[in-house]
Amino acid sequence: MSTDQTGHGGANTPHNAGNPGETGPEFLQLITPAGERISHPEFDFWVRDITEDHLCSLFEDMTVIRRIDVEATALQRQGELALWPPLLGQEAAQIGSGRSLRTDDFVFSSYRENGVAYCRGVDLTDLLRVWRGNASGGWDPYSINMATPQIIIGAQTLHATGYAMGIQNDGADAVAVTYFGDGATSEGDVNEAMVFAASFQVPVVFFCTNNHWAISEPVRLQSHIQLADRAAGFGIPSLRVDGNDVLAVMAATRLALDRARRGGGPTFIEAVTYRMGPHTTADDPTRYRDANELEDWAAKDPITRLAGLLERKGLLTAELQQRVKDKADTVAAQMRRGCTTMPEPQPLDVFKHVYSTPNSWLERQQDHYARYLASFGEPAGAVSEEGAR
Amino acid sequence: MTQLTFARAINAGLRKSLENDPKVVLLGEDIGTLGGVFRVTDGLQKDFGTHRVVDTPLAESAIVGTAVGLAYRGYRPVVEIQFDGFIYPAFDQIVSQVAKLHYRTSGAVKMPITIRVPFGGGIGSPEHHSESPEAYFTHTSGLRVVTVANPQDAYTVIQQAIACDDPVLYFEPKRRYHDKGEVDESLAPASALPMDKARVLTDGSDVTLVAYGPLVKTALDAASAAADEGISIEVIDLRSLAPVDYEPVVASVRKTGRLVITHEAAQSGGLGAEVAASITERCFYHLEAAPVRVTGFDIPYPYSKLEMHHLPGLDRILDGVDRALGRPNSLSGLEG
Repeated sequence: MSTDQTGHGGANTPHNAGNPGETGPEFLQLITPAGERISHPEFDFWVRDITEDHLCSLFEDMTVIRRIDVEATALQRQGELALWPPLLGQEAAQIGSGRSLRTDDFVFSSYRENGVAYCRGVDLTDLLRVWRGNASGGWDPYSINMATPQIIIGAQTLHATGYAMGIQNDGADAVAVTYFGDGATSEGDVNEAMVFAASFQVPVVFFCTNNHWAISEPVRLQSHIQLADRAAGFGIPSLRVDGNDVLAVMAATRLALDRARRGGGPTFIEAVTYRMGPHTTADDPTRYRDANELEDWAAKDPITRLAGLLERKGLLTAELQQRVKDKADTVAAQMRRGCTTMPEPQPLDVFKHVYSTPNSWLERQQDHYARYLASFGEPAGAVSEEGAR
Repeated sequence: MTQLTFARAINAGLRKSLENDPKVVLLGEDIGTLGGVFRVTDGLQKDFGTHRVVDTPLAESAIVGTAVGLAYRGYRPVVEIQFDGFIYPAFDQIVSQVAKLHYRTSGAVKMPITIRVPFGGGIGSPEHHSESPEAYFTHTSGLRVVTVANPQDAYTVIQQAIACDDPVLYFEPKRRYHDKGEVDESLAPASALPMDKARVLTDGSDVTLVAYGPLVKTALDAASAAADEGISIEVIDLRSLAPVDYEPVVASVRKTGRLVITHEAAQSGGLGAEVAASITERCFYHLEAAPVRVTGFDIPYPYSKLEMHHLPGLDRILDGVDRALGRPNSLSGLEG
């Protein structure tokens, strides 16, 4: 094993310039699209403890979050959710990284990392609150050490960097992990976050999910070089991994986390994957992308790939498949129930939590609106038990 | 009691907060080794270390955005924006993140961030160094906006702002940085007038004159000049711009029946409009005349040789007082 345990080996290897959408030979892969495990002199080390049971469990996670995603999409089509941002095709990127984190690490993500939230132990009903229009954020971030989804593109990368500055001040060995897409790499905030992270050498991992599309804009519009290569300009080591290969993602994330915990500063990971669905349920990708492209990526499907590996190892038994299906069914049913039985927020909840201390302007407006509601004989003053949650 | 300049008073307040709460950290450009371009943070990095008084790279969005992350982690960041006109790159983080995170998380995540902004003109600077952007922030729910007009308040209110669990924009009238005043450093912030309360500075019976920040001194000068002509002006220092503490203004206008509001910021959509509308709603039958605004013009902040035309001075304020009183003034005879 040639791996140096400081985790520096390979990460600084320059990548060839090229179309940022292409998957060149330089990118890290441990499982081929056909499901063959290929060894890697450096990165095998980072998944050396992954047993057959772990592989089965990763297969279960990926299948379950795909089912969550399909169920939520159905709930949107049925009018139960206003909107949903599907993660179809990105299961390996989310599970491989999400399952590498420690409880005391903190995640700052975009709105598509529902699989990561699943790994963090999010309550399934909480996952849907925002998309049903019942809340602006679904959960207490401290309950699962994950911020609620960020909608402003790339803004969360600064929050992760600041959080990591706090970790450094505290002398802790936790890591802040931020998820963002290929489109976000064009945002000033993401670039500023990398400047700060490099200057202060704080424990943050920049996990860039290159799913090739920012709504209708292809990644080549965002960057003339591969996204991972941008990190070098900030003095941040980077890795480009097959985002549809759960083991490769896990290996890269573990290396980056390890480096951060040891005081080695930030790492940029580009997980090359594909958004197989629309940007959100309100989007129509047939207007801007070729069906052939989707077909090419379907052949690299992350779940099929892991199933292929399990099959080669004789692990893809009928029993496993049934167990995974049962779990997915249970989770989906539980989520649907949580969605449709979610308590409705009450009118005056609209005023709650704007400030944490009394505010004379708002108190007056709330008082006037309560009187207005009362003028219809409504039960004014109504504030739900659960509040705006 | 000690004689302190405005800048030293803020410095003393920051020092007190750093001493009292290990979670207080200062972030900004040039605030460490240099002690800030106005020396407001002078000596603090030397005494509290580079992890608590942090010189940052030049990126305002990142200064505020990392403060958000620090607040997530339980810190109480105090951010310096070097000049008013440099705050706009941070606008998204302030408006979309700092202001909304408490609401977004149903109160789970607090954002006790203080954003210090030297503001206002009168110092002969080039573009972007003399602006009054307060109305952008008073219009943003989730933020508190305060400003101070004397060294004692500067010392006390900075500590109250830092101790507040809500995000606070703390506007510092930069042309008053070198003004001196008595400061009682033993005054505990908790027992002082809360930062969201206005203060009546002079008792008067003819006109209510509302000012804040750099123009409070000008308003007081105007009141004493008017007193020479037998006009009695009640000067109110708003201090808090969001929310505005209307109670003392309402009480005053019910007494005087006349209201003049002055600020350096442009007139349209400014604080003066908000105060005029709110007081008209609440005191319509007590008003003897329409509220009068004496403000900067709706122009980009002008080059320094003309800035004194833009900034409301003593004479323009007195002209506004005359208008409120129905005395001869520059607009006499003009309809509407």
